[in-house]
Amino acid sequence: MSLFKYSSPATFYPLAGKMWPWFASIALALALTGLYLAFFVAPTDFQQGEVYRILYIHVPLAIMGMFIYLIMAVYGVMALTFNTRLSSMMMEALAPTGALFTALALWTGSLWGRPTWGAYWVWDARITSTLLLLFLYVGYMALINAIDDKKRADKAGALLVIVSSINVPIIYFSVKWWNTLHQGSSISLTGNSIASPAMRWALLAMTFACWTYAIAMALVRVRAIIAEREHGAAWLKGGGK
Amino acid sequence: MDWADFFYMGGRGFYVWGSFGAFALGIVAEILLLRLRARRATSVNGENKK
Repeated sequence: MSLFKYSSPATFYPLAGKMWPWFASIALALALTGLYLAFFVAPTDFQQGEVYRILYIHVPLAIMGMFIYLIMAVYGVMALTFNTRLSSMMMEALAPTGALFTALALWTGSLWGRPTWGAYWVWDARITSTLLLLFLYVGYMALINAIDDKKRADKAGALLVIVSSINVPIIYFSVKWWNTLHQGSSISLTGNSIASPAMRWALLAMTFACWTYAIAMALVRVRAIIAEREHGAAWLKGGGK
Repeated sequence: MDWADFFYMGGRGFYVWGSFGAFALGIVAEILLLRLRARRATSVNGENKK
């Protein structure tokens, strides 16, 4: 089996079709577990009260919003170096979910910020760079849709995402580099925090739920993209299965 | 805990349910839009036979 076997859309299409229901089921199971822990097991935060429960979705959404952009950048490097069409298709398949996660991270952060900080929005380094991330997702999608020649669109999109992925470490380290209003973690996954085990498990379950959900969505979407781009191809006729 | 307390969320219901509601809405919207896109894409190729 060649290393590039699954980089062909024709072989990946049925594989993605087999894989996505698994990821979707795992995502659902994790989300139900995570939400149960978040609302019925995890205690009320001694400082923030009940509103801290927003963090069980805010943190996973923000982490995955950043992570998906990095994965897109990796696919971008593969697209430019190996010239694999599937890499570009995967970038396109991941972008809408990444954009949704980032938008929801901003929305939930805003609703958490009002009662906690007294403001829906502040222009601090982390929040501003996360807003920039949302614009980058939207900009990438607009760019690849604006260029008619798919090959050129893929190259331009890959280049944009690779170069602008520098924004992701900026978001991540912003709370250390600058004196931001946005705090570091309230609930730490790595221990040494005052968080109860239930808090940690809830956050972990929700993070992996978002992760597996994003994979499921990307797999379904890449199948649609393959079908759209390769329509008329003989292997797709009569099912492609 | 009774359900009224649960929805009241210590007086922060608006923020908590505004967050989780938007989250649910976003996920459902993405799934529906993607289903539509997948159906359209495959029907062109004659896959929707089953």
